[in-house]
Amino acid sequence: MNAIPDAAATVTDVTMRYREHTALDGVTTSFATDGITGLLGRNGAGKTTLMQLLTGHRVPTRGRVQVLGADPYENDAVLQRICFVKEGQRYPDHFRVRDALSAAATLFPSWDEELARSLVADFELPARRQVNKLSRGMVSAVGITIGLASRAPVTLFDEPYLGLDAVARQLFYDRLIADYAENPRTIVLSTHLIEEISGLLEHVLLIDAGRVLLDSDAEDLRASAMTVTGRADRVAALGREHEMLSTETLAGSSRAVVRLSRPLDDGDLEARGLTGEPTPLQQLVITLSRHTAAAPAPDRAPDPRSADFEEVTR
Amino acid sequence: MNEDSGPIFRQIAAQIENAIVDGSLDEESQAPSSNELSAFHRINPATAAKGLNQLVADGVLYKRRGVGMFVTTGAREQLLKRRRSEFADQYVRPLMTEAQKLGISTRELATMIDRWEDER
Repeated sequence: MNAIPDAAATVTDVTMRYREHTALDGVTTSFATDGITGLLGRNGAGKTTLMQLLTGHRVPTRGRVQVLGADPYENDAVLQRICFVKEGQRYPDHFRVRDALSAAATLFPSWDEELARSLVADFELPARRQVNKLSRGMVSAVGITIGLASRAPVTLFDEPYLGLDAVARQLFYDRLIADYAENPRTIVLSTHLIEEISGLLEHVLLIDAGRVLLDSDAEDLRASAMTVTGRADRVAALGREHEMLSTETLAGSSRAVVRLSRPLDDGDLEARGLTGEPTPLQQLVITLSRHTAAAPAPDRAPDPRSADFEEVTR
Repeated sequence: MNEDSGPIFRQIAAQIENAIVDGSLDEESQAPSSNELSAFHRINPATAAKGLNQLVADGVLYKRRGVGMFVTTGAREQLLKRRRSEFADQYVRPLMTEAQKLGISTRELATMIDRWEDER
């Protein structure tokens, strides 16, 4: 929300409409230079649309998109510094793995051939096989290899892990964090596997039904919420000072996810007969998404098609 | 890296402090770099750096330009002192709260501690 000086990308009051459907609704945010942002939200929230705008694949209905200081749309100088690893990326029919990689090598000025080779080896990619004949996971591994080896100053991964098993996903995270540490750049990663990547994120952008629900430093976020357990009346009493995002009660005991209006330490909680633990990022995202769904903004009518809409536009 | 106890950068700092307290990281020896911590714990390098910087601010580590971070001489004593002062809050208080809940008197508690010492 707040303007970051020297941001790699800024989105200002951007609305994206497709016929009747509003995919993004007045979104303002920025992506700090050299940071890893997790782009989170439910299916149809607008994550892919936002990435398409940042990579010049679409023009917003209203508002302004700036990447590396300019509008990315049809701007080659900017586009060659952006790498977008799309979900379900298609490749030309005759392309073998090595063709896809050499095409990427010519496309991206900062391409690192050595890194590409080591990723091909690590993912056990068959260089001579046609990309379209690979398994889903292998195609994802090709995308990840291109995304990392591009060393593009702005790299976006849209659910890049589809079809990858747990071992291969771990490999992706490990190589991402190692290469990022050596070569910091601006990375935006959309994912549903929040728990797997929560430690990697510096920043979290949560969107829901085309709007920004949360735009926060990951560590601040961790400190801003807590899961509190104790006798139901004592947990309820906490609601007078802090925002209760969700409460579940069983046999006189409650567990609540609380948005803290000020930090609570163990001593504070103990004095109230409560125990607290940090709320994992995934749980917090689920809770916040449900919380706003339960109390919709007055001018936001739920769109029954929104859940499927990303599938339709692709 | 688990999320069980507070901000990750603080967990990183606490782990290095532990290593210093238990002697596995000697004074004047080199602390792990933020990139090493990042790769090992699978966390963002900026978060790892934040943990290290907190230790520098606390005087537990110091920077040698272009080389890395090192454990300050006297850091172990400093950490021990701080932990002793936190001991009552962190350990005795929860112990007393639970004892009270169960109706265990301070005297009974003292007997338990004596017995534990004998059995050790």
